[in-house]
Amino acid sequence: MIWLTLRQFRVQGAVVFGGLAVLAAALLITGPGLADDYNEGIAACGSPDNCSRFYRNFFIDHQYYFGGLLAVVVFLPGIIGVFWGAPLITRELEHGTHRLVWNQSITRNRWLAAKVGLVGLAAVLATGLAVVAVDWWSDPLDETALNQTETTSAARISPIVFVARGIAPLGYAAFAFALGVTVGVIVRRTLPAMTITLVVFIAVQILMPMFVRPHLVSPVSRTIEITADNHGDLMLDQSSGTPRLRVEVDAARGAWTITDETVNASGNKVSEIVLPKSGNPCEPGPPDPNGEPPKGPPQACFDYIKQQGFRQKVVYHPADHFWPLQRAETGLFAVLALGLTGLCFYWTRRRLS
Amino acid sequence: MTVALEAQGLGKKYGKRWALSDCTLDIPAGRVVGLVGPNGAGKTTLLNLAVGQIQPSAGSIRVLGGRPAEGPAQLAKVGYVAQDTPTYAALSVADHLKLGARLNPSWDDALARKRIERLRLDPGHKAGKLSGGQRAQLALTLGIAKRPELLILDEPVAALDPLARREFLQGLMEAAVEHSLGVVLSSHLVSDLERTCDYLIVIVESRVRVAGDVDDLLASHHRLTGPRRDPSTLPADQHIVSESHTDRQSTLIVRTDAPIHDPAWTVGQVGLEDLVLAYMSAEQARPTLEAVR
Amino acid sequence: MIEFHLDSDSGVSPYMQLVRQVKHALRLDLLREGEQLPTVKDVVAQLAINPNTVLKAYRELEHEGLVAPRPGLGTFVTRTLAGNSLAAHGPLRKDLERWLAKARLAGMDDESIEALFMTTFRSAGQEEIA
Repeated sequence: MIWLTLRQFRVQGAVVFGGLAVLAAALLITGPGLADDYNEGIAACGSPDNCSRFYRNFFIDHQYYFGGLLAVVVFLPGIIGVFWGAPLITRELEHGTHRLVWNQSITRNRWLAAKVGLVGLAAVLATGLAVVAVDWWSDPLDETALNQTETTSAARISPIVFVARGIAPLGYAAFAFALGVTVGVIVRRTLPAMTITLVVFIAVQILMPMFVRPHLVSPVSRTIEITADNHGDLMLDQSSGTPRLRVEVDAARGAWTITDETVNASGNKVSEIVLPKSGNPCEPGPPDPNGEPPKGPPQACFDYIKQQGFRQKVVYHPADHFWPLQRAETGLFAVLALGLTGLCFYWTRRRLS
Repeated sequence: MTVALEAQGLGKKYGKRWALSDCTLDIPAGRVVGLVGPNGAGKTTLLNLAVGQIQPSAGSIRVLGGRPAEGPAQLAKVGYVAQDTPTYAALSVADHLKLGARLNPSWDDALARKRIERLRLDPGHKAGKLSGGQRAQLALTLGIAKRPELLILDEPVAALDPLARREFLQGLMEAAVEHSLGVVLSSHLVSDLERTCDYLIVIVESRVRVAGDVDDLLASHHRLTGPRRDPSTLPADQHIVSESHTDRQSTLIVRTDAPIHDPAWTVGQVGLEDLVLAYMSAEQARPTLEAVR
Repeated sequence: MIEFHLDSDSGVSPYMQLVRQVKHALRLDLLREGEQLPTVKDVVAQLAINPNTVLKAYRELEHEGLVAPRPGLGTFVTRTLAGNSLAAHGPLRKDLERWLAKARLAGMDDESIEALFMTTFRSAGQEEIA
């Protein structure tokens, strides 16, 4: 059965593993150069200001590669689910060959176990290879993302990067593959099975960070003062006559912020801080001698906010939640994959003919 | 005598429709069994139940004493050449033999190779590029080289031209002798089965109409021709299979084990084909009976 | 060795056709004592028929004492049917030919000749039984 499974899997396997080999080779060739550039830049930058600028420029210079590689790891499990998982059984059903193979001296269970086991293993292996190669290559960029505030959304705990790092992609691959096989067994036709698998998998990828992942590990919840050091984007709206200020803060370096809202003195959530009409303390100062706009509002603004009792409530996962979250999410998908596989076995034994 | 296939009140339902119902059979081992009936009568359903491809909705079935597809041992005992003789299009003839060898502990590789050679099939040829007859022969080779005790074939020759049909049946019968293989094969044409079968099952509209040894069936069925009369006046032991009437004459096909003495009848023999057709047309004949009364 | 053939339109069962063909060959001296009949496998492979049909035909011939199986070797002819009558074939054939010529002279066509022959043959057979 192992021989037959591999024989049938030959072409699909060659396409994906061939593509990965090319990618890995390209990364192996360019990776050391990228790391060298990074290390040299860090050693040379000196002052924190310069280093911050280096980080920003270094990231921006490579952001397309960073994004592209991210996409490879994010989409690979879906591709595997659609092109390896869904057709695994439907192709047999469509060509009637299941009636040939089920009447050799091998039970349906063993036949399915060999197919699902071997190709499933290949799915996890392929994704693992991709993650190892991409993670290794992107390491300097991950470091950059962690070290400066303007690229927080690229920190490895942030929703999109998270699913392309660590062990989570393995869980996604196992899940996507099991999903494809099971949908195939139930739907029995290749194209509809591929479509359904794709749609469901993408939906899961979108819904996961929105509704599930934040709660896999208890996030940190704090109410903090808004200061010149921790503020993020500030939006001053003067259009309606009364100036209003919308405040965001950077909870912690490399963190994934889930809630970021302003509360008033009595602890109730407010969407914005209403400022006095005359003598607005948050009016931006004049440009500095070089003609550059000031970096932020004057200190008086923060004093005013503090005096009025406004504080910022933040709920977030700090950078060190990365591994606990990875383990929990991978475990969750492993369980889902096993459940789907169980359903697939049940369906194949009872409902297929 | 051992039993090849034993069914008790066997039935299979798809949704609300019974594809096979109330099927009770007792087929002796070592026979060549023909399963005849029109398309959609339930032949495939019965065969699929026999190989464990599907599970019964009612009753039970045992094949060579075991539950179909119960485990590897049962699977090894029963070979199946499914309808349209499926093969892996992308795999070569040699790959198929390798598949058979890997998946069957009792695989007879020498036999398989000899057959392929005699059929002049190129081992490197992809199965998807074989002709219908060649593909059927490849599927048959897999079925025979597995060395089962019972080989079940579902409409194996339906799609073949007369020559390929003949060659297929020759190969099948040869294997039956050589390996004392029991065979069950279905067809919607009696002519395919007439020479090959010694046991016949006629299945119409999901029910078994008649089953038995071909010689017994031929001996117990008679064509009666005579002046027109009401069939209900026949002796109780003469079971009417089919009837047709003209103004003056009645023609009946009856089944009885006792001799027919009524001098009004001219008694004739019924060939296998006529016998099967009589059972197949029995449904349409019933309304005529009402009209007569 | 003889080669069997089957006529599916004859209305005669395949096993009976095999029996008749063997007897026919024995009568015409085409098959002689000590000669082998084709093996069951060969007949089956050639005619695509049920092996039991061949076995049944051979058993019937065996029962009539015409052939006998030798285990592991096959089935062999033990008695011929041609016997003494073979010598009489020639003169009888001459008689028949003369009779046929007369019938044609009388204006009979082939079918009428056959019908007349068969009815005479049958009624003569029935008188013998009676």
